[in-house]
Amino acid sequence: MSAIALQGARTLFYKEVLRFWKVSFQTVAAPVLTAVLYLMIFGHVLEDHVKVYGTVGYTSFLVPGLVMMSVLQNSFANSSSSLIQSKITGNIVFLLVTPLSHWAWFVAYVGASVVRGLVVGSGVFLVTCWFAPISFAAPLWILVFAALGAGMLGALGLIAGLWAEKFDQLAAFQNFIIMPMTFLSGVFYSVHSLPGLWQGVSHLNPFFYMIDGFRHGFFGVSDASPWLSLAVVGTSFVLVAGIALELLRRGYKIRS
Amino acid sequence: MPAISFKNVSKTYRGGQVRALDGVSFDIAPGEFFGLLGPNGAGKTSLISILAGLAQASGGSVEVMGHDVVDDYAAARRALGIVPQELVFDPFFSVREALEIQSGYFGVKGNGAWITELLENLGLADKANANMRQLSGGMKRRVLVAQALVHRPPVIVLDEPTAGVDVELRQTLWAFIARLNREGHTVLLTTHYLEEAEALCGRIAMLKTGRVVALDRTSDLLAGRASTMLRFKTDATLPPAIAAQARITGRIVQVKAHDAAEVETILSTLRSANCPVEDLEIGRADLEDVFLEIMQGATQ
Repeated sequence: MSAIALQGARTLFYKEVLRFWKVSFQTVAAPVLTAVLYLMIFGHVLEDHVKVYGTVGYTSFLVPGLVMMSVLQNSFANSSSSLIQSKITGNIVFLLVTPLSHWAWFVAYVGASVVRGLVVGSGVFLVTCWFAPISFAAPLWILVFAALGAGMLGALGLIAGLWAEKFDQLAAFQNFIIMPMTFLSGVFYSVHSLPGLWQGVSHLNPFFYMIDGFRHGFFGVSDASPWLSLAVVGTSFVLVAGIALELLRRGYKIRS
Repeated sequence: MPAISFKNVSKTYRGGQVRALDGVSFDIAPGEFFGLLGPNGAGKTSLISILAGLAQASGGSVEVMGHDVVDDYAAARRALGIVPQELVFDPFFSVREALEIQSGYFGVKGNGAWITELLENLGLADKANANMRQLSGGMKRRVLVAQALVHRPPVIVLDEPTAGVDVELRQTLWAFIARLNREGHTVLLTTHYLEEAEALCGRIAMLKTGRVVALDRTSDLLAGRASTMLRFKTDATLPPAIAAQARITGRIVQVKAHDAAEVETILSTLRSANCPVEDLEIGRADLEDVFLEIMQGATQ
């Protein structure tokens, strides 16, 4: 990438970060509050009844799950909402007439999504970590899975934002695909507590590996091997990124 | 090397059922002020969209300063500044932020002095820190012009830039664009205000149903067509022979006349029909007259 092209990509990344930061009450503070409410309600009700991995208290178990759930949902929301808003209001024309390549679009949109996901995730962690003892058994896994998960959801948000022509369609993508896959990935429970069939189904969900690998970084134990999780999440990311890049290269639903 | 070159450009939609452009070819020389005219649906916006990279041609090729808009799109787009037809804006940013961001997309940074000059020349200096949402329609239009110019492109495309804007903006805008043209920028203008095209454009192409139906110097277009127009106002019903060939706008009637004898024939027909007229004048045909004549001719 030449210096001029790099400057273009950097500007789009900066603009995307500035866009969510200007409305940070809605894009950062609100999801932090939502996660804290989940923790207070579920933690209070289940703390004395559930132990996970034999020794980990339920609230401690819940904290990394909620952090990762927030990372994933907000990464998806950033790229998808920015693109659909630009398409519907028509200001996407300011980008379409520029020399920015499809790579530049991808790096900037996904990069900004990762930033928002990590900012919200850090916010959720900083507020919730006071509710239960938290350890950092393998911090590198925490960073790797947070970044990969945010990147994958940022790329998925790009695909959804390109595909959707109305806010309604984007909401359907979010409510019928992203939300169920997130909630059924082990945020609130260990998949080992599920019946055999549902354990198997959970292992087909790439979101499960993101959250499980992320949690391994805190407790040093997890439902699946972190290496297996890394392989699944890494492959999923490459696949989703490849689709997003190809759609951008073709100008899918943005160039006629 | 032409500033813009269209070579046999065609564009179809809906699997070839709708043909928006059909073999359009012409060049625009560097430094020209060029007008692209045509009725709604003629293909102007399709042609501009292909030039800007918003759409892909179904056939043919387009070059900007020698750069193909598909194979060498980055260089072609760096040479182009497009003022879009739609009044669009990003509600998250102030005017100056929007300009700095647009500049950055083109890899240009540290051009604060040029941004300030644009703001001053387009009457936006006191709105630099205002959010885009707070601006009136006319002000938003000025920002669109500034965004198109922020990376100092040698070729400027104005797609109906004065649609629905007040006289003050038109004058400010045309004075600034004329200055840029004098400094060597190539300007391609599409507009429905034919008096603007006549006053500004050295050469004009007219499109109808996706084809070029006229391409000439503005002065030659005016000289080569109906040279005389009879204009008057009346409240009466026109004789059928006059009404059939007249252009009527409210009380104003304009009738084409090729020579003095034809003028006399028209006046005598009006007298015979007891059709009182006022504010009668005989003048040269303007671009609107030429445009209508060419469009009617292209239909026949």
